[in-house]
Amino acid sequence: MDALNWLIEPLSYGFMWRALLAAIMVGVICSVIGTYVILQGMAFFGDALAHIILPGIVLAFLLGWPLAVGALIAGVLAAVGIGALSQRGELREDTAIGIIFAGSFALGVAMLSTVDSYAVDLSHILFGDVLGASVSDLWITFGLGLLVLLTVLAFYKEFMVLAFDPTLAKVLRLPATFLRYLLLVLVAVTIVVSLQTVGVALVLAMLVTPAAAAQLLTRRLWTMMAVAAFIGAFSNVVGLYLSFYINIASGPAMVLVATGVFVLVFLFAPERGLLWRAGRDRREEKVAG
Amino acid sequence: MPQLFPQHAVHDAAAPTLALEHVSVRYGSTYALEDVSFTVNRGDQVAVVGPNGAGKSTLFNVITGIVKPSRGEIHIYGSGPEGHICVGYVPQRNRIDWRFPATVFDTVLMGRVGKIGLFRWPGRGDRARVQEALEQVGMAEFAHRQIGELSGGQQQRVFLARALAQEAQLLLLDEPLTGLDAPSQQAILDILAKLGREGVTMLIATHDLNQAADLFPLIMLLRRRVIAFGPPKEALTTETLLEAYGSHLHVIHAADADLLLTDTCCSGGQPPVGQIIGSGPDEATPHYEVSPPPRRTRR
Repeated sequence: MDALNWLIEPLSYGFMWRALLAAIMVGVICSVIGTYVILQGMAFFGDALAHIILPGIVLAFLLGWPLAVGALIAGVLAAVGIGALSQRGELREDTAIGIIFAGSFALGVAMLSTVDSYAVDLSHILFGDVLGASVSDLWITFGLGLLVLLTVLAFYKEFMVLAFDPTLAKVLRLPATFLRYLLLVLVAVTIVVSLQTVGVALVLAMLVTPAAAAQLLTRRLWTMMAVAAFIGAFSNVVGLYLSFYINIASGPAMVLVATGVFVLVFLFAPERGLLWRAGRDRREEKVAG
Repeated sequence: MPQLFPQHAVHDAAAPTLALEHVSVRYGSTYALEDVSFTVNRGDQVAVVGPNGAGKSTLFNVITGIVKPSRGEIHIYGSGPEGHICVGYVPQRNRIDWRFPATVFDTVLMGRVGKIGLFRWPGRGDRARVQEALEQVGMAEFAHRQIGELSGGQQQRVFLARALAQEAQLLLLDEPLTGLDAPSQQAILDILAKLGREGVTMLIATHDLNQAADLFPLIMLLRRRVIAFGPPKEALTTETLLEAYGSHLHVIHAADADLLLTDTCCSGGQPPVGQIIGSGPDEATPHYEVSPPPRRTRR
């Protein structure tokens, strides 16, 4: 009875309902896209993208536009900039990303600092403000999230080939360049959708951590996505309750729970967990000895 | 401007499977391939050999259409490579992330993705074709294993099955035997022989001259240009080998035979090979280790 109360009590607040819905949706979307992010080795790129789109978001915020529009414009400009810097071969691509990444982030923070409510806004953008999610925020998250998931579904097999074996993608005459840009746009949209919940600084964890844990538990792409989505949503819900009861910031609480889940999986996953493998080695030694 | 969703090419059955005419590929000011011309007919099995950096990968990349030649033309069944989905390729095993969440079945099914087309899901026919391909390479019982849980030879067979499921007519294999034990190599060779009889044309890149000469009816000796192309006895002579391997190769006039030492390199991890040309009992074949000369690596 107590446990039930523990679960129900926070829901008597409207903001907790909205936060819970946002947390679940973001957990699912991020984890599904995160599956491709880690399989393509795009983790650093995802983090960079989250910081790079900051000036676009701030601009949209200041002008009263939808944040997603600003983010997409900034994302495209940054991609062009990175291409221009690294194309001539004088800079490595990760160096170019690093330069644009830090520069854009600084520009975004500088722009934000012109606003009176600077400190509050900055902390919301950096670490999220899921408790402040409005009904219209939820609709935007739902709409964009649905769009992202449907796109993933539509190009499921093509994205799989591209992630597994890019040469095969070309040999099969798949539109590889188009798919690669499409995936970047999906990652950018996902990041925008997640900013309200976890913020720029922590969105990478939402993309990477549940998917990484899921990879250790599964052996097919769609099951990896499903398990990642479950871990993402579960971590966010648990994190939200923790933040309610022990009064810590909600974004970091969610990320900490997800990290904890990952550590457990890393240690105890059947076949691939650390302890499992250690146990197997010992069993083999016994057989050999 | 390439089309976003290209149409698949129609084969001209009268044309040779693969024909290159004066193909050159230039990266900056250096040639990776220079004036390469040759014709490969249906069912041919060609071992492509040459020193490291001879242009073997570039050759494969122009044939698949990944790299555009700076000059010259490539014809597959009579038309340029862009539209064909009949070119199968078997990557080197170290190019693949074996932790990828895919079963053997999933991996082979990926070969069908081009045929299935966008916005469609694999149908019963596709699954049947995958099952058939798995049976052809003897991997049906492993269909539900994750690809990382297989041995090297099994992994190689899965990729052959993938090319079969793709219904590839022209198969490019990059070091398919490297790093495999003898029984696994034999299993692969048996499959290749069977495919050859079915009319599948094959180019096999390898750095192992002995293996190439022993196992494949045609040898292409490549060093930027095609130095020799024909049956092993004609293609691999002291002269052509010296031209191909140049400073990498040492001709030693030993008491009982002429000895050719080549460096073989690198990604495969096979030991360097010494080969006797001319007379001399096989048991006496000395295996010398020759370290490769220092190379500048640049991409």
